[in-house]
Amino acid sequence: MSETSGTSPLSSVDSEPLRVVLAKLGFDGHDRGLKVVARTLRDAGMEVIYLGLRQTTDSIVAACEQEDADVIGLSMHNAGHLTLAPRMVQAVKEANLGVPVVIGGIVPAEDVAVLIDAGVAAVLGPGASAEDVVAAVRAAVTRPSPAR
Amino acid sequence: MSPPSLDELFESARAGNRRSLGRLLTMVERQDDNAAKVSERAHRDAGQARVIGVTGAPGSGKSTITGRLAAVSGAERPAILAIDPSSPLTGGAILGDRIRMDNNVSSSTFIRSMATRGHAGGLAVAVPDAVRVLDAAGCDPIIVETVGVGQVEVTVAAAADTTVVVVTPGWGDAVQANKAGLLEVADIFVVNKADRPDARGARRDLELMLDLGHRGEWRAPIVLTTATEGEGIDDLWSEIERHTSFLHHSGELIRRRCRRRRSEVADRIELGLRDRALRIIEAQSGESALGRVERHELSPAAAAEQLLAALIPDNPPEE
Ligand code: B12
Ligand SMILES: Nc1nc2c(ncn2[C@@H]2O[C@H](COP(=O)(O)OP(=O)(O)OP(=O)(O)O)[C@@H](O)[C@H]2O)c(=O)[nH]1
Ligand SMILES: [Mg+2]
Repeated sequence: MSETSGTSPLSSVDSEPLRVVLAKLGFDGHDRGLKVVARTLRDAGMEVIYLGLRQTTDSIVAACEQEDADVIGLSMHNAGHLTLAPRMVQAVKEANLGVPVVIGGIVPAEDVAVLIDAGVAAVLGPGASAEDVVAAVRAAVTRPSPAR
Repeated sequence: MSPPSLDELFESARAGNRRSLGRLLTMVERQDDNAAKVSERAHRDAGQARVIGVTGAPGSGKSTITGRLAAVSGAERPAILAIDPSSPLTGGAILGDRIRMDNNVSSSTFIRSMATRGHAGGLAVAVPDAVRVLDAAGCDPIIVETVGVGQVEVTVAAAADTTVVVVTPGWGDAVQANKAGLLEVADIFVVNKADRPDARGARRDLELMLDLGHRGEWRAPIVLTTATEGEGIDDLWSEIERHTSFLHHSGELIRRRCRRRRSEVADRIELGLRDRALRIIEAQSGESALGRVERHELSPAAAAEQLLAALIPDNPPEE
């Protein structure tokens, strides 16, 4: 098979919608932001696979494989980001998924660079506008990351 | 590294590789040239799996039931296809069915969420192909969840061997108008949220409706469930199995599947024609039929008739 993408002559949509998996890891119950992000991305034409609370890196990897997701979005509010975000990036690598990980929620400014270094594609915080959120997700997918 | 061939993807999906199966589903979902190849390849091996449709009003408990069903089926590789509408304005969608399934299903259950992607009729055109791919990959049973509002229920039934219609206490007032439609598609009724008052009333309503309207050898059984607690799900699975064996023994399975494939071909013809019609319209110049419509020399209906005759040459000319 030569190519797997290519625009379809039969479909009326110009491009295929991005598929985004949204989740919260562990016992962090702050899901308000994630719900806001879900609607924002939907309104930007994306397909949001909403996993919600209490996910594990394994459950997120499994969902990404089954859903053939283009990007993972995590929301973190319980100060666990320095451990959990790199662990997610690592799990994605181990599964050879090649999907970027975008993070939002409560991340102190000094931690952002650490997370980016660890392989996180983008970090957003409180007050991020809808435009910011959409732009971060789009950029994460288009940026040449480990090829799919 | 070159991308895997279709055969390699199918082989790997059959061996249980989630990622390969996920990829194949994306290909059919895109409805491009690859989709046709994947569909053709899948069709060769398909026809083994039981296909169960679960439909009902928004929030009636379809996802909770579906996840529980996959668990009690005892099957090695059950699959769930959860379909939600795309926003007609933006094309985006929030696919939230997994939330209600994840806790109950084992890791061998393959769950795929699918948006309708703006196709009229409510059900994504890619659904039959997605079912075909899951089937060819060795998944069984395949449970398809769709929101049932009005006409969509009928479309679901067209995709499944066995259709389960989920209602909740108080449903009667909500779907007054479409009771006949429900009756037509339901092989099994579920009254879910039986922990709520008047589940028995809901059952009585259904019994009454069946007494009046049911035809043929199979009378849809009614199962009460409290899906959140898993209550009644075993009974529901037994009824599904009973219906499966009815389908086999009565010959109805063959008839249904035959009907299903016919209507799929008809749908495809319709889609292809629509697409070609749009392309013709786009290619029309000023001197064309469309130009004459613009100048009020020709009615839209007459122009369509002319163009159609050009599209299908053996269209019998009018007297
Ligand atoms: C509302 C709230 C709650 C609610 C949560 C309700 C819910 N279902 O979400 C309740 C009352 C339950 C709650 C409880 C607790 N909370 Co509280 N809570 C908040 C509060 C006030 C607002 C959070 C919020 O909803 N914001 C609105 C949303 C829209 O904003 P957002 O989440 O930041 O999301 C935006 C961006 O971050 C970004 N984004 C977010 N996620 C993602 C994901 C992706 C992929 C992308 C692209 C972008 C993105 O986009 C969004 C839109 O701009 C914050 C304070 C604050 N200023 O943030 C504290 C806060 C988060 N809570 C805090 C704490 C400590 C708790 C508790 C532990 C308190 C306690 N001792 O009991 C509990 C823990 C509960 C639990 N199980 O986890 C601390 C966390 C401290 C930390 N991380 O270091 C905070 C920061 C308050 C503080 N200053 O101390 N909380
Ligand atoms: N009380 C009660 N609540 C239930 C029961 N089954 C499901 N629910 C709740 O009903 C809500 C909707 O359940 P879902 O399984 O998501 O329903 P659905 O029909 O798939 O919903 P949509 O896909 O959004 O149309 C959730 O909050 C469930 O927890 C039940 O038997 N009893
Ligand atoms: Mg659902």
